[in-house]
Amino acid sequence: MSDCTVVCEGLRKVFAGADGRPFDAVHDLTFSLKRGTISALVGPDGAGKTTLMRMVSGLLKPDGGSLEVLGTDVAADPQAVQNRISYMPQRFGLYEDLSVQENLDLYADLHGVPQEVRAERFRRMLEMTDMARFTARAAGNLSGGMKQKLGLACTLVRVPDLLLLDEPSVGVDPLSRRDLWEIIEQLIASDGLSVLVSTAYMDEAGRCDDVLVMDHGRLLAQDRPQAITARAAGLTYRVTPEPGTPARDLQARLIDAPERVVDAVPRGGAVRFIRQSDCPADGMADLLQGRPVEPRGEELEDAFMLLLRQHDAPKPNAPRDAAIPEIRLAAKEDAAGEAVIHVRDLVRRFGDFTAVANTSFDVRRGEIFGLLGPNGAGKTTTFRMLCGLLPATSGTLEVAGVNLRRARSEARRKIGYVAQKFSLYANLTVRENLEFFGGAYGLRGTVLKQRVHAILDQFGLDGAAASGALPHGYKQRLAMAAGLVHAPEILFLDEPTSGIDPLARRAFWRTITSLSQSGVTVIVTTHFMEEAEYCDRIAIQDAGRMLALGTPRQVREQAGGESVDDMNQAFIAIVEQGRVKGRSAA
Amino acid sequence: MSDARNTSADDSGFTTRLVALVRKETRQMLRDRSNLMVGLLLPVVLILLFGYGLSFDVRDAPVALVIQDRSETVSELVSGLRGSPYLDPVDVQTMEEASRMLVDGKVDAIVQIPGDFASRQVKGGAQVQLVLNGVDSTTAQTLEAYVQGAIATAMARQADRGGGMATGTVTLMTRTWFNEEGNSRWYLVPGLVVLIMTLVGAFLSSLLIAREWERGTLEALFVTPVRPLELVLAKLAPYIIIGLIDLAMCIIAAVVLFAVPIRGSLVAIVLVSFLYLLVSLLVGLLISGVTRNQFAASQVALLASFMPALMLSGFVFDLRNIPLAVRIVAEILPATHFMGVIKTLFLAGTDWGLVARNSAILLGYIVVLTFLTRRTLRKRLG
Repeated sequence: MSDCTVVCEGLRKVFAGADGRPFDAVHDLTFSLKRGTISALVGPDGAGKTTLMRMVSGLLKPDGGSLEVLGTDVAADPQAVQNRISYMPQRFGLYEDLSVQENLDLYADLHGVPQEVRAERFRRMLEMTDMARFTARAAGNLSGGMKQKLGLACTLVRVPDLLLLDEPSVGVDPLSRRDLWEIIEQLIASDGLSVLVSTAYMDEAGRCDDVLVMDHGRLLAQDRPQAITARAAGLTYRVTPEPGTPARDLQARLIDAPERVVDAVPRGGAVRFIRQSDCPADGMADLLQGRPVEPRGEELEDAFMLLLRQHDAPKPNAPRDAAIPEIRLAAKEDAAGEAVIHVRDLVRRFGDFTAVANTSFDVRRGEIFGLLGPNGAGKTTTFRMLCGLLPATSGTLEVAGVNLRRARSEARRKIGYVAQKFSLYANLTVRENLEFFGGAYGLRGTVLKQRVHAILDQFGLDGAAASGALPHGYKQRLAMAAGLVHAPEILFLDEPTSGIDPLARRAFWRTITSLSQSGVTVIVTTHFMEEAEYCDRIAIQDAGRMLALGTPRQVREQAGGESVDDMNQAFIAIVEQGRVKGRSAA
Repeated sequence: MSDARNTSADDSGFTTRLVALVRKETRQMLRDRSNLMVGLLLPVVLILLFGYGLSFDVRDAPVALVIQDRSETVSELVSGLRGSPYLDPVDVQTMEEASRMLVDGKVDAIVQIPGDFASRQVKGGAQVQLVLNGVDSTTAQTLEAYVQGAIATAMARQADRGGGMATGTVTLMTRTWFNEEGNSRWYLVPGLVVLIMTLVGAFLSSLLIAREWERGTLEALFVTPVRPLELVLAKLAPYIIIGLIDLAMCIIAAVVLFAVPIRGSLVAIVLVSFLYLLVSLLVGLLISGVTRNQFAASQVALLASFMPALMLSGFVFDLRNIPLAVRIVAEILPATHFMGVIKTLFLAGTDWGLVARNSAILLGYIVVLTFLTRRTLRKRLG
């Protein structure tokens, strides 16, 4: 018996593409995973991570090459493999009408876990997931993070020879994400598990023994995280923007010069960027405009971006490189600084449950305002009230100078809304969708035609393409275009970047920066704390209460000195402080 | 902790897994109120609706009487019509008025007795005109039979009194077997068992696999030692119980509410009904597994099983009178085979040959459908 859990050679999987032509979802993959290690699979959306996971678990049949899992040819005998592995799909289907305990029992029975082992195992899983109190609760009534933990517990009712986790932390807030990884790491340590986990978070990949970087179905690199990180050595810098200007403006300038800059992101009030290796260190003076630059230590994320950009380079027309939309909307430039959203003592109750308690804030024209919080914090409720989708229980709410409690439809014409689950018509073309949404907002005739034409152009969309067949990133772009077709003053985005990869997220935020520069006010909710850095101001909510409000810097300072650079840490600290305070008050 | 490792590498967990899955399906069924409503309440509604609401019998049908002969013979004849519980005669003076009433839908038929009826009767060849509203042909036929019957009875009575003078006349002695009263309820209620088994079976089970695809629960379930057949069996189990409860309700309603006789063996009725219930549940599961979408599955189930069972199984229409092509379709339907045997068992008695033959056909369906449904749960995505 070999000391490898997964061995594949020339592995291939062909799917029919959105345009009907076949394409390789997984192309000529050759690698092996060592027993007793934890391997991370990272790569952008559409890299082939889930396809690979499904082939390893025997749910998809490879179209070429060989794939051995635990010494068995999966394609020939998937059941033999499935008897020995545990697999947590991206959307772990809990039975929502069954209780926590019933879900656990079901999976324990299916895996044939003996009764005598079971009690101890359940006790441990429930303790680790902090769910012992909720065993009788229906799985459907758990929060998103809890569901994910229960999914993990169900996957791990027994100790498998190989554990497959497909993006276990996608769409989960930082607190739940930290808990989830603590559970995984504890189990790895105590049970000596072999794990293959796919993830969109580089900090998670950095915790693993082995990292596989995939893109467009190909394997770009496989190595220890340190070795992969080293590829970015000497290319990473930090630059401080001119005081009083948002870091994202400088970041936008840098990221718009891809021949010299691999990547740039705002972080801790400054901009981190990666230099192209063939560009001399002093060759970007015009971009930096004399702002102070200092080298910084390279991180896994830097190396990852480097690998993706290098791989993408020969294909200038690859989807996510398509021209970053240059957006100019007819927004009023004169009145910058005036509050367009005015919220005072906003309350929303559902029965005895207070979803949003006494919330007050203002959003100024042209601002990017971020609404952050763990699952169930009241973000979505606040958001829906702001968009006029849900009436407030009490309080004042003015959007674009219109009181939402009195003139909701008038306010709605001035706002654009992009829901988390885009409500697009899959069997209409891109153009038809835009025309429909434009029509719904009262645009007609030549005005509508012009707007649709302009927005197709701005977002680099093909009007004739079928909406349902678009890749995820493009669907999102279309959703945003649909929200902007009537040239609103304010754009609401609910979790726009949940479930999309870093490159697509960069492109998304570049669009947002352009929008903001053209005077559109943007309100956005997000799970990715580092994205708070793109915002002018953010609000952190937990359990319906507003815990912090201010610029990212102010919020980091409120969280405490030592974690100034890391928004993720700041967020966790603020929520935990808030919970302690809430408990002592109660 | 390695003691929990590899406890299920063989097939020995079949029973454990099946019990776990059955428990899961049962809980899901019990917690889904809308499913229970369809499973238990809808049959009650159908029994009452079809049992009381649907009938081909005509009672108190308004009939216009245009009597142009005032002789005694005629009034005797007319009294026969007036005495019928099925007819409600109205006297009308002229044929024009009667026609108008027929057109307006105030009466269903016109009986015209011409002025020379009595005189012609003596000579032989007396005529009565019956005008029927043919829009509703079933009612028209029934009425025709009633009017003819009433007139024939009246004439026979006269002939009797005349001292059996009617030599040379052939008298037809009619006797209806099995449904002596010609009561359409007797005819419909046994068929109701077929409809309810079809609806409950196919409709409820059509949601089961599709729901798991939609909610993404199958992906995790597939990567366990579970086998496709176990999934199929577990999904059938709780709904068999629902189906049997419905069957009991149907039989009790048939006997208690509608006084339909059970002339055949009750055991045979339960046996064929059970087989048909399985067929019906499997049809639903198969549709569910193929469509993978709850909405589509329930639509298809309704159109592909309930509607044909209503129209083509012989529930209402005699299958021998339909065109060959449609008849072939009808013969393919499992409902047709169940319908034939269940009506016989209720009204005629036990024909074990028929029971055996039709049970064998249903069993064949069960085997084929189980095989096909299992294939839709092959552990593969995409």
